[in-house]
Amino acid sequence: MIRFLVRRVLFGILVLWLISVAVFVLFFVAPHDPARAIAGRQATAETVALVEHRLGLDQPVLTQYWHFLVRLAHGDLGYSYYNSEPVRSLIVARLPVTLSLTLGGAILWLLLGVGIGIASARHPRSLLDRSATVFVLGGLSMPTFLVGLLLLYFLFFRLHLLGVDAFPGGGYVPFTQSPAQWAQHLILPWLTLALVSAATYSRLTRGSLLEVFGEDYVRTARAKGITEQRVVYRHALRSALTPVVTQLGIDVGALLGGAIITENVFGLPGLGQLAVQSVVTQDLPVIVGIVLVAAFFVVAANIVVDFLYAVLDPRVRRR
Amino acid sequence: MSTVPLETVAADAVPAIEGRAPLRLAMDRLRRDRVAIACAVVILLLVVTALAAPLIAHLTGHDPTTQYRDTGLTPAGLPVGPNRQFWFGTDNLGRDVFIRVVYGTRISLLVGVVSTVLAIVAGVVVGVTAGYFQGAVDTVLARFMDVVLSLPFLLFAIALVAVAGPSIVVSVCVIAFFSFAAVGRIVRGQTLSIREREYIEAARSLGASDLRIMAVDVVPNLIAPVIVYTTLLIPTAIVFEATLSFLGMGVVPPTPTWGNMLSDSLQYYQVAWWFILFPGLALLITTLAFNLLGDSVRDALDPSTFTSASVKSRS
Repeated sequence: MIRFLVRRVLFGILVLWLISVAVFVLFFVAPHDPARAIAGRQATAETVALVEHRLGLDQPVLTQYWHFLVRLAHGDLGYSYYNSEPVRSLIVARLPVTLSLTLGGAILWLLLGVGIGIASARHPRSLLDRSATVFVLGGLSMPTFLVGLLLLYFLFFRLHLLGVDAFPGGGYVPFTQSPAQWAQHLILPWLTLALVSAATYSRLTRGSLLEVFGEDYVRTARAKGITEQRVVYRHALRSALTPVVTQLGIDVGALLGGAIITENVFGLPGLGQLAVQSVVTQDLPVIVGIVLVAAFFVVAANIVVDFLYAVLDPRVRRR
Repeated sequence: MSTVPLETVAADAVPAIEGRAPLRLAMDRLRRDRVAIACAVVILLLVVTALAAPLIAHLTGHDPTTQYRDTGLTPAGLPVGPNRQFWFGTDNLGRDVFIRVVYGTRISLLVGVVSTVLAIVAGVVVGVTAGYFQGAVDTVLARFMDVVLSLPFLLFAIALVAVAGPSIVVSVCVIAFFSFAAVGRIVRGQTLSIREREYIEAARSLGASDLRIMAVDVVPNLIAPVIVYTTLLIPTAIVFEATLSFLGMGVVPPTPTWGNMLSDSLQYYQVAWWFILFPGLALLITTLAFNLLGDSVRDALDPSTFTSASVKSRS
């Protein structure tokens, strides 16, 4: 078990290193001119050379890479080209927004998706199951930003016209400032994430639950005369949830690096919005920082998933 | 769950005639599927719309990028709603939303199809190579695909756009890159089992080279999963493109795409609901048609499939 986890952590570190190499090559060696970008168009050749020297861009590539790695190991992600702020503090300032958005959304889509999945697996081919299938298809075909726009239009704008301001159309209030306001501002973004993702989760839950229902141990449990409730929730669901856990790890890991679309639709100042702004302003150090942080979250989420797997399914532990 | 052997189902479905190719059988099954036919008709209409876009523009007398400031904007400078001249209303610059939606079909289908084809080709090449040679080649390629699959693709996509600059070519390449790994992994798995079959051994004992075996004996046997994947990848690619355009990282304005039209709607939806409705509906109809068709194709090619039957065997 411990050996298994150690191996996963080592592989995760390898992946992170590979991504850092790719990022370095792509952003710092690729043919473009950050010194010129910082110094401005009217800068003299000397100024550009000075900026180049200060950024270390005049040194050999390997030396540059070594400095990059050393700084990275110290948690130093460099400074923004745009406003010279440390990238780390820019990211840290926005992390709570993305964190609130992702975690709240995940809870909502798990409740919704797994709930629908269980209901339709218990009554396959019923009216409920069929409506669930329509919901899944709609969810899989709807782009996230379209869901967000529709929610904005109906739940914010139309209600606002009716004089009901239950759901603010954007902005973020820190949890520490006012938990109620925080939740109220995040309802629509949470709902957006949940509606889009719940489709995948209900499909996964339904499929794997139906399969588990066919297994011998479930038949045994039923034969023992246990109530159906207990069979479903205590016996079948536990092993049926393994694919759901995998998917959850992938999704949460990816979203923590920035719920790009949702943040942009609702104007939430999270990592995703920062990423888009940095692309627009060509602020490479910030983009690199976010990419690395996102990669870290993905790798970390994968390791957590492997650990949960071992908890949920004892067979994994023996490997 | 006990699976019914494919042969029995096929024999039951067509008792009188024998010796039909599996693909023919699948086509017959597909033709009897009403949803699939409806989706195919919708997709055909979309293709016709895309091809006939200049003709439609000519007939209505409106251009996708011309700003009709006199007729297309109210005296206060606001967009006009749907009327007889502008069927879908106008946008904030007085451009005809109907013609722009029509032209948007071109970008969506083009990017969707081209990037899917690229992804499929790359996925098949990488997947077959990894599965056929196994060993170190397989380890490197399979790990690489795992890494690509685990990346948060949208963030990486916009980061790549930041370096390369937004354009339609960059969009296609980025979408293809982040889609090929899923195809590659499936193809690799299939190849791993195909390479152990007797006919591969027979080909090898006849002296066929690796390349010939891969091209003649392995790839044709991958047609079924590849067809299914193609129909399911196209809507994903279309949504991906629309998302990139929505974020301003895709096709550059003023070229109309559904994504950048919806991006404009974020500022104007309070005065002009038609900004969201028409491009949104176009996008939804397109992806829904491809997704439904993809599901039908999968059922037709393999009637014994049971949704997510493969999920558990991987755990």
